Amino acid sequence: MSTVVIEPQSQSLAPQPTMPWKPTRKTQFSGIFSVVVVAIVSLAIVLLTGLAGIDGFGLTFLAVFLGVTVARTARQNPKVRKDSMVGVAICAAAVLAFFPWMSIFLSVILKGARGLQPNFLIENMQLTTPDDELNMGGAAHAIIGSMMMVVIAAVITLPLGILSGVYLTEIRGRLTFLVRFVVQSMSGVPSIVAGLFIYTTFVNFTNSFSGMAGSLALAVLMLPTVARTAEEVMKLVPDDLRSASYALGARQWRTSLMVVLPTVRSGLTTAAILGIARVIGETAPLLLTSLSNNSYVFNPMGGPIGSLPTYIFGLLQIGTENSINRAWTGSLVLMILVLVLFLTARYFGGKDKR
Amino acid sequence: MIKVMSVVPSVESTPDPRELFVIYNRADRIFRRIVTSGALTSLILLGLIGTFLFVRSAQIFNDRGLKFITGSNWTAGSGDGVIPDDFSIGPMLTGTILVSVIALIIAMPLAIGGALYIEFYAASRLRKLLSTMLDLAAAIPSLIFGLWGVVLFTSFGERWSILLNSRFGWVPFIKVQAEVFGRSPFVAGCVLASLITPIITSVSREVFSRTPRDLIDTCYALGSTRWGAIKTVVLPFGRSGVIGGAMLGLGRALGETVAVYLLLNIVFRYNFRILESEGGNIASLIALKFGEATEYELKALVAAGFVLFLLTLVVNMFAATIVEKSTRRK
Amino acid sequence: METIKKGETKVMQGSQTSVATMSASQTTATAVRGLETKNVHAWFGKHHVLSDVSLQFPERTVTGLIGPSGCGKSTFIRLLNRMHEFIPSAAMAGQVLQDGQDIYSPDVDAAAIRLKVGMVFQKPNPFPAMNIRENVLSGIKLAHLKVADHDSIVENCLTRAGLWKEVKDRLTATGGSLSGGQQQRLCIARSLAVEPSVLLMDEPCSALDPGSTLRIEETIKELAEKIAVVIVTHNMQQAARVSDFCAFFLTDGGPGYLVEADATKKLFTNPTDTRTADYVQGKFG
Ligand SMILES: Nc1ncnc2c1ncn2[C@@H]1O[C@H](COP(=O)(O)OP(=O)(O)O)[C@@H](O)[C@H]1O
Ligand SMILES: [Mg+2]
Repeated sequence: MSTVVIEPQSQSLAPQPTMPWKPTRKTQFSGIFSVVVVAIVSLAIVLLTGLAGIDGFGLTFLAVFLGVTVARTARQNPKVRKDSMVGVAICAAAVLAFFPWMSIFLSVILKGARGLQPNFLIENMQLTTPDDELNMGGAAHAIIGSMMMVVIAAVITLPLGILSGVYLTEIRGRLTFLVRFVVQSMSGVPSIVAGLFIYTTFVNFTNSFSGMAGSLALAVLMLPTVARTAEEVMKLVPDDLRSASYALGARQWRTSLMVVLPTVRSGLTTAAILGIARVIGETAPLLLTSLSNNSYVFNPMGGPIGSLPTYIFGLLQIGTENSINRAWTGSLVLMILVLVLFLTARYFGGKDKR
Repeated sequence: MIKVMSVVPSVESTPDPRELFVIYNRADRIFRRIVTSGALTSLILLGLIGTFLFVRSAQIFNDRGLKFITGSNWTAGSGDGVIPDDFSIGPMLTGTILVSVIALIIAMPLAIGGALYIEFYAASRLRKLLSTMLDLAAAIPSLIFGLWGVVLFTSFGERWSILLNSRFGWVPFIKVQAEVFGRSPFVAGCVLASLITPIITSVSREVFSRTPRDLIDTCYALGSTRWGAIKTVVLPFGRSGVIGGAMLGLGRALGETVAVYLLLNIVFRYNFRILESEGGNIASLIALKFGEATEYELKALVAAGFVLFLLTLVVNMFAATIVEKSTRRK
Repeated sequence: METIKKGETKVMQGSQTSVATMSASQTTATAVRGLETKNVHAWFGKHHVLSDVSLQFPERTVTGLIGPSGCGKSTFIRLLNRMHEFIPSAAMAGQVLQDGQDIYSPDVDAAAIRLKVGMVFQKPNPFPAMNIRENVLSGIKLAHLKVADHDSIVENCLTRAGLWKEVKDRLTATGGSLSGGQQQRLCIARSLAVEPSVLLMDEPCSALDPGSTLRIEETIKELAEKIAVVIVTHNMQQAARVSDFCAFFLTDGGPGYLVEADATKKLFTNPTDTRTADYVQGKFG
């Protein structure tokens, strides 16, 4: 019989999708169980021997786990054994790589939350010493100063960054490679060098430290980020769109300004926001340009001005319990700002992609 | 009558291609000029940074010559000439390199492991979460790393230092003279390592994720394990990208100010013993001395900044070249 | 001898036997040498893409899988050596038997199956960091196989893939320095080095010029003297030229299914189903 009969199977017999390659409940359970056992054994070892702390525990855990893996795969093909052991090593490396920043996220939240009271957001430090209780004084002046400086920096940088992007994607002139290369290299200029540069120029010429000087230093650091992001989003504009515009007889400047730029409006917002997120926590350049201040300054040219990073930095140098707690709270506010900026950037970044 | 065109190609030679001209009208030319000059600002800015730093510190290089780099003192004179000014950045320069290299050595395996984990080991939902958080982690201000280092990490760092010293004290650069273990290049290097790990991880993950899927599939179709596929295809493919990421991280570590300032006992002496509680780097020197510097000392600080600028520029250009090359071929 | 064998295994078992009646004893009793699928289904997430395919791929035959794109041929062929599971949402049902053993049963090592059932992909993809010789030996290295004589394996596999004469003087050149057709034959040689008993090919010639395509077809025919070959192709002439059996897949918007499977000659000259007739004559697809 060489025929094939195709009969749709009846509903009751309809097969269910299965994933036979996935670990079964049982193996999953035994996996979790062995991890727990290894953890208990390691804990016992840590308690019985002189090892101490979470690092000692981690090390013991890894050693025991590796031992168990070796034992379990002893009778397997050497390639399988190697794969399991490398797997354990990679997971361990990943845990170590992620541990610091997870610990930072967590400690900033836990330690910072205590001082995050209304006064922190609406008062300044004019009448409060860093040693005072946490329910006195605040960082309003620093938050305002930081905001002011990053906004000015963004206003300066955004047009330049967009022009860079337009040059790299629309004009594509002879210097394309050079411009891209310089932007890349510039993103690595140490922040203190940017501060020093503005100090030797703007601060020396105007003869005063100021918020404006701080903004300029931040702008130097922001430019590469904005330019690169702008280029990236404009590269996403399909060439068909440009061709369509040219085919209608439009000139290049009209094509760029009226076809390309409007389609990436949200992308450019992302560029600006990412630039701000990149510099809002910069401390070093501000130490050389805007210094710090304990009370409100609203004039960018009105002498030294407070900012969140310099506020935290100053508190850290005092180093008493309350000042350190204030520093954690300042860091929490800073992290929240970065997070909000990131989420906004993501929101706008997702918008252009149709 | 219709004249039949010759279908025989001209015998002499194939013609040279015609040159094609693009004519831009006035508006276009103005537009192009504005955009070009805007794009050139970054170029000019980079030039200006170099020029200004150099011009403002030329006197120092003139006065002290190579000794500015090789000398080992940073002493402000008494002004009346009794004690002469003596500024050189030798220990800070070596300190910069020492701390950054420690950071890089620690960060590299962790970053590669972390990137491989996210791309090839984590379940897909965890992968998305982790890569988002990784981007965020790369944006944590270094000041917060410094705070975390001072308050939370130092005690671990000290304990590890004591352990290292007792077990490996016979290694020359691990041995300590005084039994004080905090604020050492090792501790600062560890915190710098956690600072640059997210950056290197992020770049590495990006290049790993570009590995052509069918190459990986081919490995599996040949009976390979996951590690076999990674070793055969992913690592060779991502190598130059990872090196570029490492260079970016190195550049970041070389120029780091506050984290080092907060975590290292800044002492003017050549020190290569990584557990000794002394060291420093150029950036933290500038932050430390800037406040009370005399005019001449300020120039010396600007000169130090210029040296740092050149150092990081070289590293970053190197990185930019590599990263550009490795991400272009798709 | 060979023709008899082919005659015997001409049976391309349909899904007439319901799941309920297929007892375990029957499964083992009818165990065939070679590859066989029984009532195989495939899903991506909730999306049912392949429904109820039962086919046999006996030793020393070439089976062509034809059908319009999107009907699940690639999905099916990837099910045969457990490559399907690398897509995160993938799921399946039914059985794939290799020499009578269900390759999806929990105690089976997928890597070992993939050694037995090799695969060649659509685009030629020699490992870029390796030279020609290393490419051929890569499978042996990846699978940690113990082999005494590397040189003879290289020569043997390249010869079987029809590439030996062209590259024997430049075994240390990179794979990328070869032409597309040569690269694809290098990929075939690479798969042969681990001595699979089945070779799966998913549109192996669709990225190649007609000349290279013919060379590969010759290679396929020679391979079929030793192993089973399963080839997905969009090219009707190719299917007619190289395959002993053909299976025609189709989808009506829902999951892909098997319309008809038979000896190639019969399928192309006297198909049972009118849709098959239309397809092989190029009326759609
Ligand atoms: N990775 C995937 N995720 C989700 N759906 C997929 C995936 N790959 C293929 N499909 C779907 O499965 C169906 C069959 O695809 P495929 O097997 O590639 O067909 P063919 O190879 O016959 O052209 C198609 O509808 C396709 O959209
Ligand atoms: Mg396909």
